[in-house]
Amino acid sequence: MLALQILIDGFAISALYGLGAVGFTLLFGVSGVLNLAHGGIMVIAALIGWRAAGGLGIGSWLGSLVGVLAALVAAYATYFAVVRPIQRSRAIPREETEIFVLTGTLLWGIMIQVGMAWLFTDNPVTIRPLIGGVMELAGVRTPANEVLIAAVCWGAIGLLWLLVNRTRAGRALLAASINPRGLVLLGFDLDRIYLLVWTIYGVLAGVAGVLLASFLGAGTNNVGQLTASAFSIVVLGGLGSVSGSLIAAYVVGYLETVTAYVIAPTLRPIPALILLVLVVYVRPQGLLGRR
Amino acid sequence: MSKQYWLRSMLLAGAAGLAFAATARAEDPIRIGVIGEESAVAGASLTKAAQMAADDVNAHGGVNGRKVEVITYDDHSSAADAVRAFQRAVSQDHVSFVIASYISEVALAIEPWSARLHMPFITTGAASNEISKQVHKDYAHFKYTFHGWLTSAFIAQSICDAEHDLLVEPLHMKTAVIMSEDAAWTTPLDARYLECLPKAGLKVLDHIRFNPDTTDFTPIFRQIEAKSPDVIITGISHVGVQPTVQWHDQQVPIPMAGQSSQATTSTFWKDTNGAANGVITASAAAPGVALSPLTIPFTEAYQKRFGDSPSYTGYSTYDAVHVIVDAFKRAGSTDADKVVAAMEKTDLVGTIGRWQFYGKDDPFTHAVKYGPGLVTGITFQWQDGKQVALWPAAVANGHVKFPSFVKLPKVTN
Repeated sequence: MLALQILIDGFAISALYGLGAVGFTLLFGVSGVLNLAHGGIMVIAALIGWRAAGGLGIGSWLGSLVGVLAALVAAYATYFAVVRPIQRSRAIPREETEIFVLTGTLLWGIMIQVGMAWLFTDNPVTIRPLIGGVMELAGVRTPANEVLIAAVCWGAIGLLWLLVNRTRAGRALLAASINPRGLVLLGFDLDRIYLLVWTIYGVLAGVAGVLLASFLGAGTNNVGQLTASAFSIVVLGGLGSVSGSLIAAYVVGYLETVTAYVIAPTLRPIPALILLVLVVYVRPQGLLGRR
Repeated sequence: MSKQYWLRSMLLAGAAGLAFAATARAEDPIRIGVIGEESAVAGASLTKAAQMAADDVNAHGGVNGRKVEVITYDDHSSAADAVRAFQRAVSQDHVSFVIASYISEVALAIEPWSARLHMPFITTGAASNEISKQVHKDYAHFKYTFHGWLTSAFIAQSICDAEHDLLVEPLHMKTAVIMSEDAAWTTPLDARYLECLPKAGLKVLDHIRFNPDTTDFTPIFRQIEAKSPDVIITGISHVGVQPTVQWHDQQVPIPMAGQSSQATTSTFWKDTNGAANGVITASAAAPGVALSPLTIPFTEAYQKRFGDSPSYTGYSTYDAVHVIVDAFKRAGSTDADKVVAAMEKTDLVGTIGRWQFYGKDDPFTHAVKYGPGLVTGITFQWQDGKQVALWPAAVANGHVKFPSFVKLPKVTN
C-alpha cells in the first residue's frame, strides 16, 4: 500500500519537476545560458494565473493560459533586458560573459521575487484544480487533478520532442546546441534560434508554474527552491541533455517522495542533494552529459 | 583618532540629542512605531489597524491635545530587519512606543533591544511563552516589553476548551493527531496541547512537527490517516494555504481544527479558492461577532477602508494603540518608566475583550490576561465563504458543519 502511494504520488511530482527542468536544460544546451531567474518565472506564471483565474473570475483554464503568457513575457524580458545586453556588452570580457549572465539572472530572479511579494504577498497561492474530485488508483485515493497534471506534463514534453525532432526549426535548435558556429556558416540567424528557444522555455516554465500552483500551490518564497531544484536536476541529468533531465527528475522526485514517506517529511530534499554531491564527484558530466 | 576624541564627540552628540529632545513642544505629535510584515497575511493587518486606531484617537482630541502619529516599518518577516527598524524608530524617528510583529522569533529578537534602549514595546501577534517569561525572570531589565496577544499556552488551552465543547461532547470525537509547524511559538503550544487535549477528552495518537518550508503535505496527511484519528489539531501560522488546499483536494476524511493563523483573515477564502470550507481555527474575533460593543464597528470600518476583514493581529493592534494611548494619558507623560507603570494598571475594553496585563509575580508577566470576562479568543469555522463563530457559546452564531468528504466518528453506545 505504502509502495503504491509512493509510486503514484512520486510520479506526478516527478513529471512536474521534469517539465520545469526540461526548458531550463534546453535553454542551456542551445544558448549556453543558465537562467537563475527560473524559479521567478515559474512563480510569475503561478501568481498571475491565480489572479486572473480568481480575481478576474475567468476560471482555471483561461487563468492558467494567462499565467503561461505572463511567463512568456517574463522570459522575453529576461532575455532582452538582462541576458542579451550582457552577451553583447563590449565592456565585459568574452570569457567572463557566462559568469555575468549567471549573476545577472540571479539578481533578476531576486528582483522578481521581491517585486512579486510586493505586488501580491509572499503567501503561496493555489489555482483551483483544473478538474476536481478524487479517484481510486489501485486503492490509493488520488486527486483527479494530479492525474491530469502528470498527463499534461508528459503531453508538453511529447510536443517538445516532436518540435525538436520533426520540424525544421527544431532541428536547427538541435544543431545550435551541437555547433552554433557551423549553423552561422550555413546561413542560419542565431538570434532567431535564440528567440525560439526562449519562447519554448517561457512556455514550458509557465506551464510548469501554473501546474505547480494548481497541484501544491506556489509563492514568492519558493523562488529560490524552484531554481535550485531545476538546477540540481539538470546537473544530475547532464547539463544540456533533455532526456538526462527527465531521468534525473524521476530520480529526484522518487528519492524525495520515498524520504518523505519512509523517513520524515522534514528531510525530504536531503538525500537528493547528497546524490547530487556524489554525482559531481564521481561523474561530473551527469547521467547523460556529453562532456 | 584617540579614544578621548571619540568619547568627547559622543558626549557632544548625546548632549545635542538631549537638547533636541528638550525642544520637542507640547503640540508635537506623539509617535508610535509599528513594525509589521506587509507581505504576510497575518502581519499585514498590524500597520493598517494601528493607523485606524490613531485616526480614531486624533478624531477624539488626541492625547491631551497632542496628535498621535503612527510610523510604519516593514520587517519582511526577518528578525534582523525588525531590529534595525526598531533601532531606527528609537534613534531617528523618536517614537514613544513600538508595536511589532506576529512572529515570535521577531518579537524575541526585539525584546532585548527594548530592554537596552528603555523603549516600551508590545507585540500584538506573536505567541511564544518566552516573551513574557523573560519579563518575569528579569523584571527590572525587561519590564519595557508587553505581550498583547495570548501566549501559546493560553491559545492551546482555549483550543482544548473549545474542542471539548464542539467536537468531544456533541460529536463523540475521542482521538487526535497534532500537526504543527516547527517554530518558536509552537513549542509551548504543543507542550500544552499534549497536556490539555487528553483532559479535554481527545487522546493524542501522534505528534507531527514539520518544516515550515514544506510544500507537499501529502506524506504528512497519509501518515496522519494511517493512525485514523477523529480530528487533526493544527498549530500553523507560517503555512496555511498549502496544507488547507491539499487537505481539500485530496479529500482527507479527517476534520482540521486548532490554530491556523492565516485562516483568520477573510482573504483566506480567496487564497484557497474555498478549500478552507470546514476548517476550524482559533482567532481573536470574527466578523459579526460582538465580543464587546467595539468589535463589530471596528470590523466594519476596517472592511470598508481596506476591502478585507482584519486578521487576528488587526484586532489586537487596534486595541493595543488604545491601550497605549490610555497609558500615555494616565501617565501624563511619554517617559518610558511612567508609561510602563501606567500600562501595568491597564483596564480597558477593546475589540477582543477586556484588557489587563499579568503582574510582576505572575509567570506570564506583562502578557494580556486570559479568561472569561477578559480575553479568551474565539473559535470559528469557515462555512461557505463565511467565518461562523462556534465558541465560546455566548457569542456563537452557528453550528459545526463539515464538507461531505469529512468522515465523522460513528456514535456507539
